[in-house]
Amino acid sequence: MAAVQWRSRGRSYDAELQRCRTEAAAIEFGDYHPLKPIMVTDTKTRRGARKGSTSSTSSSSSSAPSDPLSSMLDGTDPLSMFAAASATDTPAMSHSSSTGDIGKKRREKEEEAVGPDFEPWSSKRGDILARFTTTEKLSINLFMGSDKGKAPSPGSSAVSEKVRTRLEELDDLEEGSQRELLNLSQQDYANRIEELNQSLKEAWASDQKVKALKIVIQCSKLLSDTSVIQFYPSKFVLITDILDTFGRLVYDRIFTMCSDPQPLPDGFTVEDVNDTAKETCLNWFFKIASIRELLPRLYVEAAILKCNRFLNKSGIQETLPRLTAMIRGIGDPLVAAYARAYLCRVGMEVAPHLKDSLNQNFFDLLGTFRQISGESVRNQLLLQRVEVPEYLTLYSPAINWILQCIAYRAPEPLLMEMMERCKTMANNALLLNSVMRAFRPEFVAARATDFIGMIKDCDESGFPKHLLFGSLGRSLACADPPESERLTILNEAWKVITKVRSPQDYINCAEIWVEFTCRHFTKREVNTVLADIIKHMTPDRAFEDAYPQLQSVIRKILTYFHDFSVLFSMERFLPFLDMFQKDSVRVEVCKSIMEVFIKQQVELTRDPVILNAMLHICKTMHDSVNALTLEDEKRSLSLLIIGFIRMVSFGRDFEQQLSFCVEARATFCNLEPVLVQLIHTVNQLAMETRRVMRGSHSRKTAAFVRACAAYSFITIPSLSSIFSRLSLYLLSGQVALANQCLSQADAFFKAAVSILPEVPRSISVEGKLRSSEAFLLDFINNFLATLLVVPDHPEHGVLYLVRGLLNMVQDYTWEDNSDAKVRVYVSALPLLAAMSQEAYLYSIPKVDSNETLYGGDPKFLSEINKLCETLIGQILDHLKVLGRDEQQCARRQGALAFSLFGVLLAHGDLRNNKLSQLAINLWNLSHKHGYCETRVSVRTLEYTKHLAQQPDMSHLSDTIQRLALQSRT
Amino acid sequence: MSVTLDIRLKRANKVYHEGESVAGVIVLGCKEALQHHGICLSMEGLVNLQLSSKSVGVFEAFYNSVKPIQLISSNIEVAKAGKIPAGKTEIPFEFPLHTKGNKVLYETYHGVFVNVQYTLRCDLKRSLLAKDLSRNCEFIVHCQPQKAKVVPTPVNFTITPDTLQNIRERSLLPKFLIRGHLDATNCVISQPLTGEVIVENSDAPIKSIELQLVRVETCGCAEGYARDATEIQNIQIAEGDVCQGLSIPIYMVFPRLFTCPTLETTNFKVEFEVNIVIVLHDDHLITENFPLKLCRV
Repeated sequence: MAAVQWRSRGRSYDAELQRCRTEAAAIEFGDYHPLKPIMVTDTKTRRGARKGSTSSTSSSSSSAPSDPLSSMLDGTDPLSMFAAASATDTPAMSHSSSTGDIGKKRREKEEEAVGPDFEPWSSKRGDILARFTTTEKLSINLFMGSDKGKAPSPGSSAVSEKVRTRLEELDDLEEGSQRELLNLSQQDYANRIEELNQSLKEAWASDQKVKALKIVIQCSKLLSDTSVIQFYPSKFVLITDILDTFGRLVYDRIFTMCSDPQPLPDGFTVEDVNDTAKETCLNWFFKIASIRELLPRLYVEAAILKCNRFLNKSGIQETLPRLTAMIRGIGDPLVAAYARAYLCRVGMEVAPHLKDSLNQNFFDLLGTFRQISGESVRNQLLLQRVEVPEYLTLYSPAINWILQCIAYRAPEPLLMEMMERCKTMANNALLLNSVMRAFRPEFVAARATDFIGMIKDCDESGFPKHLLFGSLGRSLACADPPESERLTILNEAWKVITKVRSPQDYINCAEIWVEFTCRHFTKREVNTVLADIIKHMTPDRAFEDAYPQLQSVIRKILTYFHDFSVLFSMERFLPFLDMFQKDSVRVEVCKSIMEVFIKQQVELTRDPVILNAMLHICKTMHDSVNALTLEDEKRSLSLLIIGFIRMVSFGRDFEQQLSFCVEARATFCNLEPVLVQLIHTVNQLAMETRRVMRGSHSRKTAAFVRACAAYSFITIPSLSSIFSRLSLYLLSGQVALANQCLSQADAFFKAAVSILPEVPRSISVEGKLRSSEAFLLDFINNFLATLLVVPDHPEHGVLYLVRGLLNMVQDYTWEDNSDAKVRVYVSALPLLAAMSQEAYLYSIPKVDSNETLYGGDPKFLSEINKLCETLIGQILDHLKVLGRDEQQCARRQGALAFSLFGVLLAHGDLRNNKLSQLAINLWNLSHKHGYCETRVSVRTLEYTKHLAQQPDMSHLSDTIQRLALQSRT
Repeated sequence: MSVTLDIRLKRANKVYHEGESVAGVIVLGCKEALQHHGICLSMEGLVNLQLSSKSVGVFEAFYNSVKPIQLISSNIEVAKAGKIPAGKTEIPFEFPLHTKGNKVLYETYHGVFVNVQYTLRCDLKRSLLAKDLSRNCEFIVHCQPQKAKVVPTPVNFTITPDTLQNIRERSLLPKFLIRGHLDATNCVISQPLTGEVIVENSDAPIKSIELQLVRVETCGCAEGYARDATEIQNIQIAEGDVCQGLSIPIYMVFPRLFTCPTLETTNFKVEFEVNIVIVLHDDHLITENFPLKLCRV
């Protein structure tokens, strides 16, 4: 094809805009909106009382989108149903007598059941296991096949021959298989116990019930062993797990035995249970009653306590007091206390309404309390080299639990009575501690002063006082004591706490009291507390062992102090932070502070105290970044720092803001996202200045915005991400232009052009390698749009930047088999066409674009046209190349040809015959291979017709006639 | 060719009383039809007496004279020779528990020297080539409840070094005072033995307190008799140095089968005793014995 002559179509943007406007249809702000989700909110009322039509709710589109999770729960969740039922039960239930009955039953059940406010055992387990540890060697002594001949499970003989032979087999199998495992570490021990748990399940699954029972008996026997006494609470936890498993297995089995025709209802009675199941159940109880040793007999019977439901109504009610009394036979007070705890636990699970045996348990405990200081215990402690205070703490979990069970929904007078009883005991610190832990915090808080008095009266050598104050503090953290007493309480408590010598004990206690202090007092008191903590934790670098507690202190302060100016004005806060000397911990602390800051700080700030402190904190975070830091970590740190930077505002003091940015840049140079944010901030600053000056800068502000531009200009090159650099250059260039800094803008754009060749062909996006082509095209198009308003540099030739850009595009090593380069050319044509208009589509106030510079100079226009012709030539060449390779490139060729056709139609002056001929050729070319979408073609044609109807476009009708639609064959 | 033969009693607990009928089904299961020469079922109640090894010397001459005593026996033919169809076949049966003459049905009891046992035995005869099948099934007989009212006769006890008999050196004993009571020595067999024990004081720490249930079985005839006491079970009620002055419950369930109402006949006797055994830390063993009379109401 011969070289074409380009003529841009003259455009009158205003007229076009006018025409568009008249055609614009009024937008209906009706119900319908394509983005509005179509929702049918299913409002199922639980009682079905109001079955409103669903359509009515669906039209009220303001309702929140239905959450699939909540809708799942809706109605099917037994708990919420239950709650709903109890909330509205009387009116709803009075419809008929039968529903009324159900209501009554439900109410009864509710009284029985333990509510969610009862802290379950499972939540204590972990604590106990973590707290009571040992490095001593442990041993497990399992003596399977014991008691042979003595008590050959009398109950079982009645069952059948089968069982008896099995029993014998078992005895043979494990004849005297006494296994003593010595020298176990704590972990080994736990593993062994877990193995036993597994083998219990296996034995059960393989129908070896007797073996299962033996395992359970042997395990519970381990509980009578108090060697390595520090580990006892943990041992208790491990072994009662096995007992729980066993209890569940037995119950489930008997339950399924009864569910032959249909499963038993939940609230079944004895009459529903069939004889076989009863007999099996009875067998279990007989078998257990003949266990020789006290402790296993007790524990195993407690484990299957629930099975009494199958036998008779009052079984549990009678068994609990009996088992309670049985515990009196246990000589070791620690073993007895834990047995009581277990019994209370099982009792709470099975029959929470039977409070009497709980109370009895506690009274028995008090009755045997003097044993704790008895001779046997003393000898044992001496032997094991355990101090009395440590020994006493071993009781805490058990007594806490017992008291918690008692205190649960207990009336105030009962609690008072319990407390009075504890008071009268000698050496009652242990009990006092448990009372404070287990009773309602409100109860404790109301009597805080009394408690302090009691704590003071306690024996110095007994239960550690810091633990007592810790327990008190824990209660006070959840419930408020009377206002008038608060300061006294704090003073009294702190007086004791500050005397605690061991740093570890001290910090454990102090950490708890920080919450109380923060809750009720001002920064002054908190500051004092912090100072005290620093004083205690600094010697011998004691803080190194207390990071978790110190972190918790910070967390607590942050939950109560949201005003950061107050927070940082605490003298001791920053020195406190200095105690976190381990890098990872320090960063974590800083992060937590930042998170709270970002969440809570709503107003922009310029407070120097906050800024200094926050800069310090952010710097700490920033300085933790090194070569080994993970990307995610960097990202989260950056986000936090960015959050801070966005909160900083000096109001009208722009220079201060800029200098802050300068400082921040120096401080956070390793985190790219922060630098990007800084550049954005500075750009925003420049624009803000412009807004304040209403577009016309004074000498001073002009200098300032130039400084801003300079800031951006020197910051951008330090970024490593090429696309951040490109887009920031562009953006900063635009900002500079808007602020009439022409040479700066020029520099930005030149820099952008000059780094274009550096763009790699592929970049990694979210860890995957992707072609960069789409990003690059995007950027270039954006850039071209900006170039329309950039005036030519007086020292360089016409269209210096456009040419430079196009040159770069030409030299860039594009991907093989890619049309990207040509697509850039195609998109450059509209720019050039726009440049040749008399009045430009858009312009920047107070900046003269080329339109004014050249004023429609024919030389300028011909320059543009020449450039267009070169571009079209290049495009046509490329089309030709594509034409050679038939199959592969036909589609690409068609698409390119069509897009060029579009450009010609929109921007070319088709009065020119050659150009119109070219357009027709391109149309035909794009339809040649039938890859063109017919619908698009049709619409293009329609548009062209529409265009032709307009004044001075009539020449198009000729062209239209020559554009043939290709019917698909 | 697997054939299963089983006897299933109607009552899950297999407990029957005199005058009642032992009812149940014989369950036959086979994959294919089975030819047989008749199925019969027999019920038998026996008292087995055995002489203890230490008495054997004395009674060697009479060894054979201690024959089992038959209490009840009956036989029925369940099915005549014929064929059983494949699958599961259930043949119901019923035996009345009636004694002949003035014989009494003693309660089921499994002891060492005396055994009272009731069994059902089912035999399936087959041709010469195939083995006969048989199946045993024990059922339990409880004797008729006692008509007279049980007088519990509680008993109090106090144990001090001075109350003890049969000790070698009284002076070596540490001082102690243990009190307590049993709620009943005339016990109802279905109810637990209860009571309490209180360690008022003790110089030596206590290691364990146990309840030992003992059976005393007497076998004899005109020529003489043998009396043996053996342990049935030993239940620990206190472990370790228990709190002084605190009452510790005595509680023991009488094991089934191994206990029966106290029995006295011309040929044998079965009696029970309970020992409260206190073990001190220096391994001193203190035992207090209480004869019990068990009965069924």
